[in-house]
Amino acid sequence: MKAPSFRYVRPTSLEEALDVLAQADGQAQILAGGQSLMPMLAMRIAAPEILVDINRIPELAGITLENDLVRIGALTRYVELEKSSVVAEHLPLIARALPHVAHVAIRNRGTIGGSLSLADPAAEMPACALALGAEIELVSKSGVRSVGAEDYFLGLYETARQPDEILAAVRFPAARSGSACGFYELSRRHGDFALAGAACTARVEGGALKDLRVAMFGCDDRPVLAKKAAAEVERRGTSPEALAAAAEVLAEDVAPTDNVNGDAETRLHYAKVVFRRAVAMLLESTRG
Amino acid sequence: MDEFVDISLTLNGRPVRRRVPVRQHLVDFLRTELGLTGSHVGCEHGVCGACTLRVDGRAARGCLMLAVQADGCSVETIEGLTESGEIADLQEAFVARNALQCGFCTPGVLITAAELLGRGQPMDRAAIRAFMSGNYCRCTGYQAIVDAIEATLRARLERAASTGDGGR
Amino acid sequence: MPEGGMDRPLPIGVREPRARARRLVAGRGRYTDDISLPRMLHVAFLRSPYAHARIRSIDVAAAAAAPGVEAVFTGRDIAAACNPWQGNHALFPDLDSPPQYPLAIEIARWQGEAVAAVVAETRAQAEDALALIEIDWEELPAVVDPEAALVPGAPKIHPDRPSNLALEFTTAKGDVDDAFARAAHVIEETFVFGRHTGVTLEPRTIIAEFDPTEERLVVHQSHQAPHQQQDLYARLLGIPEHKVRVICPDVGGAFGVKLQFYADEAAVAVIARLLGRPVKFVADRFEAFAADIHARDHRITARLGVDAEGRIVALDVDDLFAIGPYSQYPRASVTEGGHIARLTGAPYRLPAYRARVRMVYQNKGLIGHYRAVGQPIACAVAERLIDGAAAKIGLDPVEIRRRNYLRDEDFPYTSPTGVAFEHLSLNRCLDLLVEKLDLPALRAEQQALRAKGIYRGIGIASFVELTGPGPDYYGQGQVRVSSQDGCIVKLEPSGKVRVVASATDQGQGTDTAIAQVVAAGLGVRTADVHVLLGDSEVCPYGGGAYASRGASIGCEIAFRAARQLKGNVLKVAGALLQMPPDALDIRDGAIVDAEKGVERLTLADIGRVGYFQQYLLPPDLQPELAVVQHYVPRDQAYIAGNGIQASYVELDPETGFVKLLRHAVVHDCGLIINPLLLDEQIRGGVVQGIGGALFEEVVYGSDGQMLSATMADYIVPMSSEMPDIDVWHVEAGIGREKLGAKGVGEAGTAGAMGAVLNAVNDALLPFGARIAQTPCTPQRILRAIREARARGTTQSH
Repeated sequence: MKAPSFRYVRPTSLEEALDVLAQADGQAQILAGGQSLMPMLAMRIAAPEILVDINRIPELAGITLENDLVRIGALTRYVELEKSSVVAEHLPLIARALPHVAHVAIRNRGTIGGSLSLADPAAEMPACALALGAEIELVSKSGVRSVGAEDYFLGLYETARQPDEILAAVRFPAARSGSACGFYELSRRHGDFALAGAACTARVEGGALKDLRVAMFGCDDRPVLAKKAAAEVERRGTSPEALAAAAEVLAEDVAPTDNVNGDAETRLHYAKVVFRRAVAMLLESTRG
Repeated sequence: MDEFVDISLTLNGRPVRRRVPVRQHLVDFLRTELGLTGSHVGCEHGVCGACTLRVDGRAARGCLMLAVQADGCSVETIEGLTESGEIADLQEAFVARNALQCGFCTPGVLITAAELLGRGQPMDRAAIRAFMSGNYCRCTGYQAIVDAIEATLRARLERAASTGDGGR
Repeated sequence: MPEGGMDRPLPIGVREPRARARRLVAGRGRYTDDISLPRMLHVAFLRSPYAHARIRSIDVAAAAAAPGVEAVFTGRDIAAACNPWQGNHALFPDLDSPPQYPLAIEIARWQGEAVAAVVAETRAQAEDALALIEIDWEELPAVVDPEAALVPGAPKIHPDRPSNLALEFTTAKGDVDDAFARAAHVIEETFVFGRHTGVTLEPRTIIAEFDPTEERLVVHQSHQAPHQQQDLYARLLGIPEHKVRVICPDVGGAFGVKLQFYADEAAVAVIARLLGRPVKFVADRFEAFAADIHARDHRITARLGVDAEGRIVALDVDDLFAIGPYSQYPRASVTEGGHIARLTGAPYRLPAYRARVRMVYQNKGLIGHYRAVGQPIACAVAERLIDGAAAKIGLDPVEIRRRNYLRDEDFPYTSPTGVAFEHLSLNRCLDLLVEKLDLPALRAEQQALRAKGIYRGIGIASFVELTGPGPDYYGQGQVRVSSQDGCIVKLEPSGKVRVVASATDQGQGTDTAIAQVVAAGLGVRTADVHVLLGDSEVCPYGGGAYASRGASIGCEIAFRAARQLKGNVLKVAGALLQMPPDALDIRDGAIVDAEKGVERLTLADIGRVGYFQQYLLPPDLQPELAVVQHYVPRDQAYIAGNGIQASYVELDPETGFVKLLRHAVVHDCGLIINPLLLDEQIRGGVVQGIGGALFEEVVYGSDGQMLSATMADYIVPMSSEMPDIDVWHVEAGIGREKLGAKGVGEAGTAGAMGAVLNAVNDALLPFGARIAQTPCTPQRILRAIREARARGTTQSH
């Protein structure tokens, strides 16, 4: 299980990297943390002509807080998110999700930008980005554009990023006072990709939930906002019975198919369970 | 055709320069070019943890990094950690508790456990199990591994409490 | 001295750590892939992408011209230099598995079967060239489902065989049909046991080197049985046996995966011979899943008849066993089905018993001899049915077992299938389990939590395991697998001790256990004994590691050899001291006066005289300070051990997820040589059993494509989900003339699946649901609950 041959380029600036991509005519692959790409190379599922290693581009790393926005550079590794006081304080949803991401050695190398670029439908970070309404910064020779998470995830491992673009950073709105979050996933083993998961945020006003956003992962070909079910929660309230009734409309939000983890019926059932449990955890957190 | 690149790195505290094929992963490089066979190749797709190394002070999968990416890095292997004596107490606990059988997973397990110990935080068995959850062991059933790590952690924390040095 | 008159002195029974472990924790292991030889080449195999396909043509020209490539071989090239083999067994004369070749020649019969080999300077270059081999494939219909395979008119996997039925055999005792007719209750269940595989962390690895000037083949291989491999390479490649040497260095997990003869490994030996250069093959993880032996894969319908008091009147087992396209060589795939027929219900008095096994060819990987071979299934089937009977009658699972166990007065006992049990301690094991676990308190806790909507399950499972087989099974089966072990114990001139033995170690600690029994038998410290294993040229002939024989046979003979050496040493000492040898003893490395324990000589004195100063001895005394002894158990076909396991689980009925809270084992392994090693053997075995019960499954699609070919898809147990495991021992049934250790390596695996399956079903009881399929995945558990709900059998809860 050895990687095929490729050319290796290690630019030291974003500009240099973009030059390589611009000239590669779609035959280049970006190597960030490598925790998913390296297995794909070993299995020869990925066979790029050029591998562009962006690990030595300083402007792609770092976590900053500005004007109620947390900007996280694409090369920021999970371990840095875990250690970040900014994340702990302003992105509690991410903080809750992190322990579910793979294992120590993977979190030491894996990057948030890599996860958002790969867009595995069962991964945690894409769902968090969706739940939080993140903006994804895509840079190319022709400039920077921002794409909202809802417009970024297009399908199975498919995103709005073009081959000549680099995902430079992701911007999250910092949690406001009065907001709450919940995160729940079902996985066979600790650190495995989820069979199903839900990441949610809401404002709590007088015991009721407003602006509930529930991002479902592992339930469809991409992370999906459960808009209908969330609206049902806002309409019906937060009793266990109301949550269960709201979860029943999830079939209008997500469309799981048969896969190795279960048939479509079971996967939809799991979607309902994780939806309820994530929202229940959100509620639980507000009772402090 | 293979493309080669010159790299230099610090390996177990000593400088090393080599010319490597760019597609070669780090653990293959260490094993075949440098004869450091203590790190093992178990799955080559990042799941089993047998190739776990320390890169720039943190545990990393040796099969999920190219050797060329280690250019300029500090890489430590089980051989280095053994010679420095940093994990002598942990190794002794593994032997005493029989926390290994075939030993193929053990170098990777020890490096992950060294990171756990390095955090200097008390952990219960469930937390130790979660921390170690990325290292596959087919032989032991894990209990002896957890026992050995738990005993070493406790001893280090007690020593730190009595000397106030933060557990390292 | 314990009963029996044979002393079992220290350090037998001591928790000694392993010398090998010190080397391994320091990263100083030497596994086969750590070895690199001058001019060594690397092999990669092109493997069939289809489960069943004809090779219309194969063109290797482009691959042969690729960078770094030394040679490319097809099936015909290799077959010309290697005899084919057939995985047959003379005790089952109807089994006539077709000849198998190192590489597929005309037809590939499972996805992953090797069809061509590229030899190159590096493995990466060899893999590059694989993509350049052009094969014109004609896909043939894949036979995957074993029931479909038996339907008349089903596509045949071997056109020259009458059907896909490889073998059918039946064993019966008593009037089974009559007993069922008179039973008060009959419990019937159809089980589906999924495929597992061993997933050794070190993949199969081999380096073969052939020196044409000496016509000598040396093979370094990650394997359990070097002499078996020596025999096979010699016979199949036509090399005189004394010119074949097989060396097994440190082995990174084996579990029966590395007990087999593999077609791709045969190809490596042939290629080394053809090229005259060392050739290395390391199976990558894809190859491990596709081409390592698999295990289990049984569909079993079983019926248990009991009387009104829950006493067994009859047991009937019907096993449909899917073995892949060939019977595995050299042991034959029949063993697993054989053990199921032999051992289902073995702990119990069985007035009438019948078992039928049908072995079926199909287009999946081959079934071999993975840890506990068939025994986990024999246990799970009987224990599920017993629990079913208990539930039907309203008996406690503990009580129904007590009513049916073989008792002390039944021994020595011959089972309905003809297996002799010298002694089993079933009741003692159960009593200890009930006491140590406080099973009544656990039941009370379970009931109390159920009222709160927390669903826990308790499962127990008794098992009988057959360890340390004698020559009856393979010997009479005309299978060249040795049941003996040999051991050389020699005193070095300095008084230190070297042992060279045919037993092998893959992490069990067999070398340490041998050092301990030699130390005990001779009267020295373990640290003064060095043990060498795993070299077919140097070690006395023996079977290596299989069927839990390291302690029961390997240590038995080491102990005997040590005692013989002791006698020889004391003869020399007696002559020097002019005392009768039996007035002397060896203690802690010194020759002492047996009565008073006063030191008279050191072992170094004996070494000096024995090797350099023989003139000090009487002329007719030739010192024999090295002894070799062999041992094969002849009194029984197997050394039977037994035990019981308990599993405590919590079920999330909404998701079907099962959390393992606790697991316990009570085991009787006869004499305990080293409790530290013993307990970890059992724990490791339990976790493999849990893997099979809840997680692990080799999944194939209906077209025979493997769907679980990575470690992300084949889910092995990891640390977070595994429980702590209590291990307790009953030391019973130690024979009089022997060291008396029974096998332990498979005990954990033999009983764990049954215990977990019973615990899961116990947790499912309030839902009126049952599961009889492994692994018990969340989806299958949910389906069971859903189906029960649809049947309307849900109890109020």
